[in-house]
Amino acid sequence: MRTGRAQAELLLGPEAPRLRGTLCVTGHHLLLSPGPQDLWLLLLRNVDSIEKRVAGESGTITLRCKDLRVLQLDIEGVEATLDIARSIEALSSLESVITSFPFFYRPKGLRLGDAWHFHPPESYYKRVARETKAWRLSEVNENFSLCPSYPRAVIVPRAVDDKALALSARFRQGGRFPVLSYHHARSGTVLLRSSQPLTGPQKRRCAEDEELLRAVLAGARPGAQGFVVDTRSAQAAKQARMAGGGTEAKAAYPGWKRLHRPLERGRPLQESFVRLVEACGDLEQSTDHWLSRLEGCSWLAHVKEALSTACLTAQGMEREGACILVHGAEGTDSTLLVTSLAQLILDPLSRTMVGFQELVEREWIQAGHPFQLRCAHSAFSHARPKHEAPTFLLFLDCVWQLGRQFPLSLEFGEALLLALFEHAYASPFGTFLCNSEKERCLCEVRSQTHSLWSRLNQPKEQRKLRNPLYVLNPLALWPSVEPQSLQLWQGLFLRWTRPPEPPEVAWEKVWQIVTEKRKTDDSQPTASASEPQP
Amino acid sequence: MEHIRTTKVEQVKALDRFSTSNKSLTGTLYLTATHLLFIDSHQKETWILHHHIASVEKLALTTSGCPLVIQCKNFRIVHFIVPRERDCHDIYNSLLQLSKQAKYEDLYAFSYNPKQNDAERLQGWQLIDLAEEYERMGVPNSHWQLSDANREYKICETYPRELYVPQVASKPIIVGSSKFRSKGRFPVLSYYHQETQAAICRCSQPLSGFSARCLEDEHLLQAISKANPVNRYMYVMDTRPKLNAMANRAAGKGYENEDNYSNIRFQFVGIENIHVMRSSLQKLLEVNGTKGLSVNDFYSGMESSGWLRHVKAVMDAAIFLAKAIMVENASVLVHCSDGWDRTSQVCSLGSLLLDSYYRTIKGFMVLIEKDWISFGHKFSERCGHLDGDPKEISPVFIQFLECVWHLTEQFPQAFEFNEAFLLQIHEHIHSCQFGNFLGNCQKEREELKLKEKTYSLWPFLLDDRKKYLNPLYSSKAQRFTVLEPSTVSFSFKFWRNMYHQFDRTLHPRQSVFNIIMNMNEQNKQLEKEIKDLESRKNKQTDGVPTKELLHSIHPESPSLKTSLCFKEQTLLPVNDALRTIEGSNSADNRYSDYAEAFSKSEPAVVSLEYGVARMTC
Repeated sequence: MRTGRAQAELLLGPEAPRLRGTLCVTGHHLLLSPGPQDLWLLLLRNVDSIEKRVAGESGTITLRCKDLRVLQLDIEGVEATLDIARSIEALSSLESVITSFPFFYRPKGLRLGDAWHFHPPESYYKRVARETKAWRLSEVNENFSLCPSYPRAVIVPRAVDDKALALSARFRQGGRFPVLSYHHARSGTVLLRSSQPLTGPQKRRCAEDEELLRAVLAGARPGAQGFVVDTRSAQAAKQARMAGGGTEAKAAYPGWKRLHRPLERGRPLQESFVRLVEACGDLEQSTDHWLSRLEGCSWLAHVKEALSTACLTAQGMEREGACILVHGAEGTDSTLLVTSLAQLILDPLSRTMVGFQELVEREWIQAGHPFQLRCAHSAFSHARPKHEAPTFLLFLDCVWQLGRQFPLSLEFGEALLLALFEHAYASPFGTFLCNSEKERCLCEVRSQTHSLWSRLNQPKEQRKLRNPLYVLNPLALWPSVEPQSLQLWQGLFLRWTRPPEPPEVAWEKVWQIVTEKRKTDDSQPTASASEPQP
Repeated sequence: MEHIRTTKVEQVKALDRFSTSNKSLTGTLYLTATHLLFIDSHQKETWILHHHIASVEKLALTTSGCPLVIQCKNFRIVHFIVPRERDCHDIYNSLLQLSKQAKYEDLYAFSYNPKQNDAERLQGWQLIDLAEEYERMGVPNSHWQLSDANREYKICETYPRELYVPQVASKPIIVGSSKFRSKGRFPVLSYYHQETQAAICRCSQPLSGFSARCLEDEHLLQAISKANPVNRYMYVMDTRPKLNAMANRAAGKGYENEDNYSNIRFQFVGIENIHVMRSSLQKLLEVNGTKGLSVNDFYSGMESSGWLRHVKAVMDAAIFLAKAIMVENASVLVHCSDGWDRTSQVCSLGSLLLDSYYRTIKGFMVLIEKDWISFGHKFSERCGHLDGDPKEISPVFIQFLECVWHLTEQFPQAFEFNEAFLLQIHEHIHSCQFGNFLGNCQKEREELKLKEKTYSLWPFLLDDRKKYLNPLYSSKAQRFTVLEPSTVSFSFKFWRNMYHQFDRTLHPRQSVFNIIMNMNEQNKQLEKEIKDLESRKNKQTDGVPTKELLHSIHPESPSLKTSLCFKEQTLLPVNDALRTIEGSNSADNRYSDYAEAFSKSEPAVVSLEYGVARMTC
């Protein structure tokens, strides 16, 4: 690292006032102190791309952040500008996990190790065990030998022993054999997820894998049918056979039918995100141009596809009483998108503050969504995308759409979704580090970093994250997926560009009304209680 | 009545236009003198006013019956299947006749009777008093006077009798200027901004052709700019695209030549004409009516319709106007061709930005009365109240409402009224149930004796005030006195609740709005009760409560007794589209082309009990 210390002026946005002070680059942060008491701080990990320009005696650095903010730094001195730019460049792209900031972050008021045992799959199993006896918790993956991307414990049919699981794992890509994702008690059906079977061009079969799916149907409500929701097109699934993958053959899995619902993934999804963010940064374009870019990026089409596949899955369980297995290829991206959204639709508990955190932990983090690879860069990076894809962001967007259509049914507000987006891409907390539970164990993430959940569950954060209007809605949420009903998530994509006039102000007012109501509600009984009794 | 051949048809099916499940409701169709009524098997009633019907179409006979598609001016589209073709034919013919009246006297307003006596009716009409409104603005004053030049509609038939002009504008100047203006619509005051002493004036295009000029008109403009003691120059805003204005010169009309008028700054703002707007909305509706519309087709359709571009153009013009007054302190004269469409849009929207009074319920009524009704926006022709020239129909007023809606979205605390209020006004510009929007100008309205034969809409809306209140409204917020909306492209959105008001499946399933509204109500009521209790407690001197007091300690507070949900229904606006659909039915939505795959073994019957189950809160 070169010394980075200079006089600079910071421009946070087109409308915001300028900050002036001493700029300093440390190991993990960019600091600017405009006065003796003030400190402005940016996590270097948050920098997605950096652009420098020098003219005369000063230079300008434009930082585009992973949370979609664009910052401009005007720095005195050409040499200082170049030094600082180089430092930021080098420090923001460090790949090593164990030297990353979460391993050094020791905030006041939080204890290391808190909340890390808040959401293990075991706790979900306790709930399942109360509802049905057909499933058991297996520790067959204790040392991550069967499947490196699964957690140590997984929920599997009681009728299938660990030996069979091991064989089924060998028949599935990355060892991701079918495991329980959600048990829908009302209809007695289950939602499973896995990766694609390795049928290959020879159409291989695996007796244990077939047995596993047969046991699933046997354990569900009598006469239940099974559906495999493949998140690839029929053609793509067929092509995957050439590379050793494939999809379940009808004959081999009696009682199971296949549905193909192609969802966009990987690079095209990342490009869609990049193009949308690009369009959202252009304040000068005409409405026509804006609409055509909104169409061109297809982001909302992806939202619609994801939501409607999740709805289809949920519908199959609730209406048709069918068991559903969801997978694509690796089973770590669009698969999780579908299973987690389907739970949100069906399960009122997952719509609570705690339930949603558990859902994210269980269905994304523990389920092995490779956050480090997917979120290495956000929408501004010039680097050629390798493994980046905003699948998790797409999930958050879909949740936001649900929240728009059922504004009273989610216990959390937009702020939680925004926080999860930010922290997934760059965070002082360890929660979203690494690609799997195995890696997190190797890096000792649990003992060496703080959990994001303990921060979010602090009372002062909760006030910001909660939905003041929440009332428990025991029904399934069936959203409309018509294009007229889906909206661009302005709070995220236009967060830094929209005018400061403020849904926030209105939100504050809503809070006011609600708290006032609680107050008056409370004072009503006191008023009568304080009356003298005859 | 003579048009009605069949009054009742049973076993009629109503299809949902967005559902792919071919689900239908069976019920009975009734034809009354004023409404088409459908009562389904759940006893839910759908009333369609004949005047709301924009078109009726009879499709080719199918095995289940004869399909009848009715498109309404409030963007409701209903699809009936009538079992017998003869019945269908009868209804079709009756509706064709009933929806297109030839005479004003046959419109609903002339038979509508809300059981009020003549005094009440008159009182209703006196609710909005424009003289009072000009007084509120601060005119007449030393610069502006009330002119009686048009008292007998002699100078301009489409203007009101009472007009405000600069103090120095004498009658000969007015007469001279009116001869130089299309349809005699000479420059008059629309809004006076007390704080800056600048004025918004309106007129029609000058008959300038390629070189004609008129000294009186030049004098009148001079007088307007002199009436502003702060700033000597004034803006003349031609709201048309430059090309259109130039084309008009060939017909002996056109625009002001800056060389002939002293101290004017001339500006085109480029809002398209009524025909462009009509076909733009038509395109928009076509796109949105498509079954199985994809996201990309939706946005490319929105783009190619150009509707939001037009909305933005109107908004831009209003902002230009407001800025000229606020920032430069300059008066502005606005015109288009005849000065009753685009001019009304820009003047009213500009005033709305400048003056928070127009953002209240009463103020908005006044604004519509002033800039639209009294200045002769041709409501009857633009809305097609009578069977007339379809080329005169245009959504100019809807566009104004949409601009206001965009403002309410950008400034959630600045308006006293809510979206339901805008939708209700839209409902009634077409309903012909009240007299306000009948006719094309004040003179015509007087000839129709509307004030004696029909009722005014405004008192009815005021009676229902509660339904139209914005719970977030904060009248104190001083910084909202002048609105400065953003016109960045993202600020313009599709107004789902207007164009899909009746397509319940497309709407959010729960409404924050109603809940907050109720909470607010309850807060107020509870506070009142607490105050009551306290004051009674204080009055009690001997400390021994009487029986009566004890009773009041546990008041049968209606707000506490009824659950939120229950109250919600009673407080709801008449539009059932705004009703919340908690839960909802997954079969209403197109999740999949494969959805059939699930239910191959079963018949495609969807029972309603899943969806309509209401949430208990």
